[in-house]
Amino acid sequence: MASLKVPVTSVDHIQGSAHAPITLVEYGDYECPHCGLAYPIIKRVQNHFGERLRFVFRNFPLKEIHPNAEAAAESAEFAALNERFWEMHDGIFENQEAIGLPLLFELAENLGLPAPNLRAALASQEFGPRVRDDFRGGVRSGVNGTPTFFINGQRHDGPFELEDLVEAIENIARLP
Amino acid sequence: MSQILNSGKPAPDFTLQVTPDQKLSLSELRGRPVILAFYPADWSPVCGDQMALYNEILSEFQKHNAELLGISVDGPWCHAAFAKDRHLHFPLLADFEPKGEVAKKYGAYRAGDGFCERALFVIDKKGMISWSYCSPVGINPGAEGILQALEELPK
Repeated sequence: MASLKVPVTSVDHIQGSAHAPITLVEYGDYECPHCGLAYPIIKRVQNHFGERLRFVFRNFPLKEIHPNAEAAAESAEFAALNERFWEMHDGIFENQEAIGLPLLFELAENLGLPAPNLRAALASQEFGPRVRDDFRGGVRSGVNGTPTFFINGQRHDGPFELEDLVEAIENIARLP
Repeated sequence: MSQILNSGKPAPDFTLQVTPDQKLSLSELRGRPVILAFYPADWSPVCGDQMALYNEILSEFQKHNAELLGISVDGPWCHAAFAKDRHLHFPLLADFEPKGEVAKKYGAYRAGDGFCERALFVIDKKGMISWSYCSPVGINPGAEGILQALEELPK
């Protein structure tokens, strides 16, 4: 069974309490349609478990098949530097059908982050190393496609509908 | 699941079509590590399937000077179309005629289904199998095992 080799730390993008008994990590690609399908499901999983769950998102852009995935990942990291990671993350997934530089710039502006700054960050690949570190760590942990989920460090193989994830989480975390 | 060849055995040589008009023999690659990735079929319906994943991490394999070869029973024209569609930057070999012959030599053929297992082999520069792994056919084995095997090769 594949397991998470890179522990969750303060460097990660985390929603929820550090004391939550369940940690759900997603390796995802902003242009992957399966990740787009998973996006609202994760929100429902978070609602279901409430404060018992923390959610972590890491980048796994498949650049060769998704030409906008890297720019989207770097844009979310750019927003993170300004404490707006989750707004950017949600904005991209909620508008996934329009993914591309115009959308990324518009989302940045809507968050009060100047588009020219984002353009410069993308041009210089300022956040490229961060995205690559996520990707490499994912490969070492047995990420084999997107999305890949880890529940308390253990890879979740199989479908990821709400009931699948809830059941898997309850099994792994031994929740009542 | 088939019984695939284990580490410590010589890797059976083969010559297969790599494009509609070119062939490649395993022995041509002697002197550097080779990763053989048998997989069931081109055109699997998911993003980030096994070949797409390996395509993204070719540079990690190349750090070990390793050559990656994908092998399935699909024909060379099918491989060419698949590789073009997915922007694959490594060769796909066609174990097409006689069908599955090379996969059978490696113990990686599913006779009832008529396609290959998801079987991985890392072959050292002398042509010996240094690591092998067969994944359940529905589960993409990822790349972690390959990278670890490459790291453990004698320099």
